[in-house]
Amino acid sequence: MMAQTTLTPPLVHAPVAVLARRRRFTPARIGIYVFLFGAALFFLLPLYVMLVTSLKGMDEIRAGSILALPVEWTIEPWRQAWSQVCTGASCEGIRGGFWNSVAITVPSTILPILIGAINGYALSFWRPRGANLLFGVLLAGAFIPVQVMIYPLVRLLAGAGIFGSLPAIVLVHLVFGMPVMTLLFRNYYASLPQELFHAARIDGGGFWRIFLHVVLPLSVPIIVVAAIMQVTGVWNDYILGLVFAGRDNLPMTVQLNNVINTTTGTRLYNVNMAATILTALVPLALYFFSGRWFVRGIAAGAVKG
Amino acid sequence: MRAATPYAALLPMALTVIVAYLGTMLWTLRTSFTASRTFPSDKFIGITQYTRLFDNERWMLSLHNLAVYGLLFILACLVIGFLLAVFIDQNVSGEGVLRTVFLYPYAMSFVATGLVWQWLLTPGTGIDGSIAALGFPDFVFDWIVDQDLAIYTIVIATVWQSAGLVMALMLAGLRGIDADIWKAARLDGIPAWRVYVSIILPMLWPTVATVFLLLATSVVKLYDAVVAMTQGGPGTASEVPAKFIMDHLFLRSNIGLASAGAIMLLVPVLALLAPYAYARSRRNRERGHA
Amino acid sequence: MANVHLRKLSITLGGKPIIRELDLQVEPGEFLVLLGPSGCGKSTLLHSIAGLIDASAGSIEIGGQDMTLADPSERGIGMVFQSYALYPTMTVKDNMSFGLKMAGTPKAEIARRVERAAGMLQLDALLSRKPAQLSGGQRQRVAIGRALVREAGVFLFDEPLSNLDAKLRAELRRELKLLHARLGSTMIYVTHDQVEAMTLASRIVVMQGGVVQQIGTPADVYERPANRFVAGFLGAPAMNFIDGEVDLHNRFHAGSLALALQAPMPAGPATLGVRPEHVHPDEHGPLAGTVTLVEPMGNHQVLWLDCGGHVLSAIVHGPERFTAGQGLRFGIDAARVSLFDPASGARL
Repeated sequence: MMAQTTLTPPLVHAPVAVLARRRRFTPARIGIYVFLFGAALFFLLPLYVMLVTSLKGMDEIRAGSILALPVEWTIEPWRQAWSQVCTGASCEGIRGGFWNSVAITVPSTILPILIGAINGYALSFWRPRGANLLFGVLLAGAFIPVQVMIYPLVRLLAGAGIFGSLPAIVLVHLVFGMPVMTLLFRNYYASLPQELFHAARIDGGGFWRIFLHVVLPLSVPIIVVAAIMQVTGVWNDYILGLVFAGRDNLPMTVQLNNVINTTTGTRLYNVNMAATILTALVPLALYFFSGRWFVRGIAAGAVKG
Repeated sequence: MRAATPYAALLPMALTVIVAYLGTMLWTLRTSFTASRTFPSDKFIGITQYTRLFDNERWMLSLHNLAVYGLLFILACLVIGFLLAVFIDQNVSGEGVLRTVFLYPYAMSFVATGLVWQWLLTPGTGIDGSIAALGFPDFVFDWIVDQDLAIYTIVIATVWQSAGLVMALMLAGLRGIDADIWKAARLDGIPAWRVYVSIILPMLWPTVATVFLLLATSVVKLYDAVVAMTQGGPGTASEVPAKFIMDHLFLRSNIGLASAGAIMLLVPVLALLAPYAYARSRRNRERGHA
Repeated sequence: MANVHLRKLSITLGGKPIIRELDLQVEPGEFLVLLGPSGCGKSTLLHSIAGLIDASAGSIEIGGQDMTLADPSERGIGMVFQSYALYPTMTVKDNMSFGLKMAGTPKAEIARRVERAAGMLQLDALLSRKPAQLSGGQRQRVAIGRALVREAGVFLFDEPLSNLDAKLRAELRRELKLLHARLGSTMIYVTHDQVEAMTLASRIVVMQGGVVQQIGTPADVYERPANRFVAGFLGAPAMNFIDGEVDLHNRFHAGSLALALQAPMPAGPATLGVRPEHVHPDEHGPLAGTVTLVEPMGNHQVLWLDCGGHVLSAIVHGPERFTAGQGLRFGIDAARVSLFDPASGARL
């Protein structure tokens, strides 16, 4: 079957003269930049307005355009937001909420990371029977709306005598943060070579020793990612803090909403915006300083299993 | 003895799943069949709470709002997120800056997002004021206080917040595509838009499915943004199921009704999870154990 | 079948010059192999012929037409990639016809070409399958088929067999050679595998660091390597190199090793290159050494000899068995040796 096949002449329509080289500034490329620039403006608009509003006096706000730069710059709204606004019963500013959020976020980050790491470690290296099924249900639970679980949890915590306290809110954050934390660590450990684990077992390591001496030291990258995700999630939480933290421990987000939406009398928009920025500051700063890790966390957490 | 340690270590997980997830769900389910009001009661009344629920005007409105919101939110996020990802993937300069700009809203809480957009869309002092000043003196954007249009303002605010996430995930998906496919398409003389539509998008199907699932669950959970932005108003015009349930649990002291609502909220989530989980497990089985 | 003519072609990527002023003439119908280690620029060169990378200077002529600035789809070429690059969501048939459909080729013509290519590559039974359902070898055939239906003048191959296991590689290699014989098209093939180069090429271009080291038929580059790099790159086990010097009587000396040379060589320091198959054990041979290692290869053995501190490999056919530690005498076929300048590596 080696018959010579004649070919049709190549269909080449390239003129000898110069074909237009792919220039950098084709209309399509300009269109791309225009779209991206426009989108960037849309995304930056609220940030700009927040900042600008928080630095104006109320007269300027009433009289002028929301987009105008302050004529007279003032940081008085910030001072007021931090130490003077009324957040419910007291009028001490939103700084109380800030420290509450800190007090909630720190343990609510450390504990879920620890448990998530142990879970991930047990799931990927030891693989006890039935653990994968349990993990599957845990993951499914992450999608269940919180409203389904909230009231029974209130009753449970009340029964244990800790409802409306710091331990309560930390426990709740642990319960709701466990799926994503476990997923992150389990996927990360699954990407580590199993031989490492086998070698450690041959060397005589038990469950906890291998975890502490071999696995945990290797976990620094994923711990960073998990911390970023958990800090952001806990700090930005509203509904859990509202229900479980108790009046003395209300996080900043809850207090912020109280300040802005339940104030009687004149609304001080500049103070409101200053308070909003203060509340959003921690996760935003974290994001701007850790960009790549943040994205890594999203990608890792979003690719469920 | 040694074999027990992994099980012991997984005790917190087991407790969480059994008590905090399954236990509470079952409790809520049970309560939805009772006549509980301020306190849980043991009086079983069958599906009466559910019939009451669907006779409740506010609940029906919240369902309608969620449907409208969900459709618009998911569509807008998918389209905008995809377009942003595609355009950024075109070797544009300043990609890092652009990505930072599109994604930072995701680092803000729903509350902060709602409050800022509430301010932006306040009729008169908001953006419409600036546009009016540009030469359209009668221009007023009062959706946020309009009964029929308030829900759309929530769409705007939450799309602003979440589109960047969709972009990040789509971009990761795009970057995972074999570069040689692009070369082969160039050689075949296929125009860029056609490559995206006929080759790339079908290849990105798993990413799109994941994104869809994430967006859908966040639609069902919509609460903070509504509370911050419109408080469900004007009146109850922008009510959503999650808020209905929370209000009836804690403010209006009708636990039975709220539980029925919560179970109903579960239905779409399970309806989404089941095919997704099935598709994943089937794919894992095809590939051998993942 | 078209010719390809590169004139003073220079390619710079990311500020770094990869190819410098390269001249190359590819004759119509020939199977030209670009051979070299990774990073030598062979893939970059192929991509620029395809139009996927822009040339910074110089010209590319394909089929008599200047294609330096033309789009890849307008150059009259077909290309096969290392990772096959098949469209995963389309069937084999759609993969092969998509490009033609885009170009507006009439349906009947598309069907004819797909049928012909499928027939040549034994893909008829697989036309309605998707790439995920095919084996590696089948996928590679589909990739070749997709290039074939373009009925181009030149076919470009970018290490197409690297992703296949050894046995499959050998099989597809032979199929490619038959395909070339059948089609008679011009083919430019990139590989780092010298066996592929030797078996497939009508001419080999050996490259290193963006510079052409030698162009020649497989026999040329194997028997008369232009420099030490080419000599060491082709052949397995590699050519033996011994540093020493040529005296005024045209004899090569390196310690206890001495060899009378046949072709006249300039006196002075030189590196002797001799292939293992030209080193043979010989009871009456002029040289003596000790066997340090024996590698049985089935139909031949590779002996590693120590001769006065120099390590030599020898390929031995025949039934005689050798053992490590054994002393033996051997000879070197002086007609087949090469000598290289120790400083420049160029052939003397």
